[in-house]
Amino acid sequence: MTYSFELPLLVLLLLTAGGAILVKDLISAVLLLGVYSFFLSLVWAWLGAADVAFVEAVVGAGLATVFFLLTLFRTAPEDTHIRRHPPPIPAVVALPLLGLLLLYAANDLPAFGDLASPASTHVSPRYLEHSIAETRTPNVVTAVLMDYRALDTLVETVVVFTSGIACWLLLRRDPR
Amino acid sequence: MTGTAFGSPIVRRTASLLVPLVQLFALYVLFFGQYGPGGGFVAGVLFAASIVLGLLVFGTASPMGVRARRLLSADGGGLALFVAVGGLGLIGGGEFLNYSEMPVPGLEGASRRYAGILATQLGVAMDVAVAAVSIVFSLSRELLDGGSDD
Repeated sequence: MTYSFELPLLVLLLLTAGGAILVKDLISAVLLLGVYSFFLSLVWAWLGAADVAFVEAVVGAGLATVFFLLTLFRTAPEDTHIRRHPPPIPAVVALPLLGLLLLYAANDLPAFGDLASPASTHVSPRYLEHSIAETRTPNVVTAVLMDYRALDTLVETVVVFTSGIACWLLLRRDPR
Repeated sequence: MTGTAFGSPIVRRTASLLVPLVQLFALYVLFFGQYGPGGGFVAGVLFAASIVLGLLVFGTASPMGVRARRLLSADGGGLALFVAVGGLGLIGGGEFLNYSEMPVPGLEGASRRYAGILATQLGVAMDVAVAAVSIVFSLSRELLDGGSDD
């Protein structure tokens, strides 16, 4: 297995993520975050998750960037330039240790595409085997989202609706 | 102030070509989400992105902006469609969101579920698109329509 594609992608992800955190100007940080989302969507596509890659590209790199920029345009210029304080010593010590712990725990994750992993032995074989006969939908992701797990999707739709209403209520100041 | 319409003819021309193209692609993603990647959520977000592009380039006073504002009155319509399709299953004697029990004449169980998936995807797309456009309107009031009233 070669890493000719993964490794540059991972480096670019880390670079854009670190840049978005470290850069002083918030508008640059937002643009770097958009670039980060674009690389992340490439990672999803590389892993075969086409639907997730699609959403990441449109929402993360497109709409979220517009939302952030519109928010920044409404704030004062002195708010978009931040003076960063040096991080506290306990955080400097604890966070790398936490990262090492997570890397150690990642060793126990099932291998990518492992057929014996819990994720691919529980209910997904049932969906993969029966979704065409039961729903006539070749895209299993759509069948799971919209039919087998329709209640989850319904509540997600409620969340999106609520976020739109909440933004409206908080930000629209009617003069009347 | 009638919005911040963008002056550059290159930007305006590109946007006027891009907006209908992205909307067409959003419709493709919506109706072929059962055969390829995509579906209601992506379709709604793509449609919203095309409208947001039009709003940013042409401003809210343009015909596109007026149409986008009219779209906001459909807020909640997508959610209502989703719940209504789910409720049809209840009326047909099944569970909530059980599409195969929808009282649709001329369709068998699997085809009913196919139709139910399509209808709920339409609902999700409408809901997401309207919510995203409404967030942009909420965030950009001064920017887009100069802080004037509706």
